[in-house]
Amino acid sequence: MSKKILEIDNLTFDYDGTNVLENINLSLDEKDFLAIIGPNGGGKSTLLNLILGILETKNGKITINNQDPSKQLSNIGYVPQNTNINTSFPIKVIEVVLMGHISDKKPLFGYSDAEKACALGALTQVGMEQFANAKIGSLSGGQRQRVMIARALCNHPTLLLLDEPTASIDVDGQRKIYELLKDLNKLMTIIVVSHDISVTLNYANKVAYINKFLTLHNNISRFSTTPQNGHFCEVELMQMFRNKNV
Amino acid sequence: MFEIFTTDFMQNALIAGIIVSLISGIIGSLIVVNRMVFLAGGIAHTSYGGIGFAIFLGLPIFLGASIFAIIASILMSFLALKYKDRVDTFIGLIWATGMAIGVILIDLTPGYNVDLMSYLFGSILAVETGDIYTMFSILIVILVFIVFGYRNILAVSYDSQYAHIRGINVGLFYTLILVISSIGIVITMKVVGLILVIAMLTIPVFIAEKISNSLIWMMIASGLISTLFTITGLVVSYYYNFTTGATIILVSVAGMILFLGVQKIYSIVKK
Ligand SMILES: Nc1ncnc2c1ncn2[C@@H]1O[C@H](COP(=O)(O)OP(=O)(O)OP(=O)(O)O)[C@@H](O)[C@H]1O
Ligand SMILES: [Mg+2]
Repeated sequence: MSKKILEIDNLTFDYDGTNVLENINLSLDEKDFLAIIGPNGGGKSTLLNLILGILETKNGKITINNQDPSKQLSNIGYVPQNTNINTSFPIKVIEVVLMGHISDKKPLFGYSDAEKACALGALTQVGMEQFANAKIGSLSGGQRQRVMIARALCNHPTLLLLDEPTASIDVDGQRKIYELLKDLNKLMTIIVVSHDISVTLNYANKVAYINKFLTLHNNISRFSTTPQNGHFCEVELMQMFRNKNV
Repeated sequence: MFEIFTTDFMQNALIAGIIVSLISGIIGSLIVVNRMVFLAGGIAHTSYGGIGFAIFLGLPIFLGASIFAIIASILMSFLALKYKDRVDTFIGLIWATGMAIGVILIDLTPGYNVDLMSYLFGSILAVETGDIYTMFSILIVILVFIVFGYRNILAVSYDSQYAHIRGINVGLFYTLILVISSIGIVITMKVVGLILVIAMLTIPVFIAEKISNSLIWMMIASGLISTLFTITGLVVSYYYNFTTGATIILVSVAGMILFLGVQKIYSIVKK
């Protein structure tokens, strides 16, 4: 029996009155790789924000390693959907990555050598080490996304959440990042929101379709092995999930 | 040029000018990167209420202004965290209320003929030795806060959402940044006054931002640029008998235009 990492029970959430998520149930084991798909406004980012405790759960329950998410923050890595915040901020790439370290293990001031080495290592993993001392605003959107992925790896999470991490990364870069995620998956549970089903299906072992409700598909190997015409048809898959839900 | 600093009051003005320039460079950087310029204006004006309060009760002016500034900054921090989208309205409200309280309290103080100009435009030439100790202590407090809190300050300022999930108490640090800033704002007002304080806090930062790629260098660069402007302004105002605060600001503006010009020429030449 593998270990439960994430457990969501009967989660319903609204921003101001109208439900954005309804009756969500989800359970992830150690080393699961969950892909979340669904239309714009379906509630994917909202679900991630609830898991992270950025939004407060009102109805239902979320536990990570059997604890409240707020107690498990140090075990979570996160790549936000919008990586274009504050691009005029005077901050170096390496400093952004260093932010990923956990705050309660820090030295009296500055960063320890181990932390710096770790941050550089994470940058190397995403192929951005030569930009370590560049200003974050001087990077392209895709490069910035890679930096955010490096930042999420910095605290050696056991649960890694990525919200459309490759949305503006080139084809070659995407493949590299998914290969990296595949390697990381040996060490950690991964949840990735992506519209890029053809790529995702080759790596995920579970797929959730979210459009207010969540429909989970546990065994997707039969879809992923032989993509037709070179790529998997997203529309067909969405259709399939929708039928299952109705 | 150095002979003008032989008198006591000019020496005090020089030392105070340097300390306050360093403070305003650091605080100005924090304010600009956190997009708190309007908040800073609010705090500065609210502190006028504290000036009235101090005059009314016969307390030291700086104490009154600081108390009001700190209260205003805590209040604004609370409102900014709670009502992100509406905070502008609240700042405007606190801003006006603070000033109105100041005016009324001064009205209520019998026989007080306050030299308003020195609050509105600064009074660096009236700095006393005691003031310099206060300024220096404030500089030390700010430096300690920056050095030991740098990681968290950087994280909260750059990406508060991520700071939160890394376990940093964002509300606490946001409030600390504002409170520390408010003390820096009040002390900067001593040099250039209420009307010009925002210019002193932001012009050197504007230049520093262009030449630095990290927050700490931005603070150091702003502090040095600000020092240069202040000393130049002090000297110019001495020779031409101008109001010092206003001269410092005009020197800063001229410096900024010069910098932009040089930058423009440099970019054309590089092509
Ligand atoms: N802060 C907010 N306040 C009010 N409503 C919100 C807020 N954030 C999101 N919503 C609403 O909640 C719904 C779900 O939004 P969410 O961002 O979770 O969608 P998403 O699935 O991530 O979409 P996308 O694919 O565009 O990223 C949308 O209808 C959106 O309008
Ligand atoms: Mg989203």
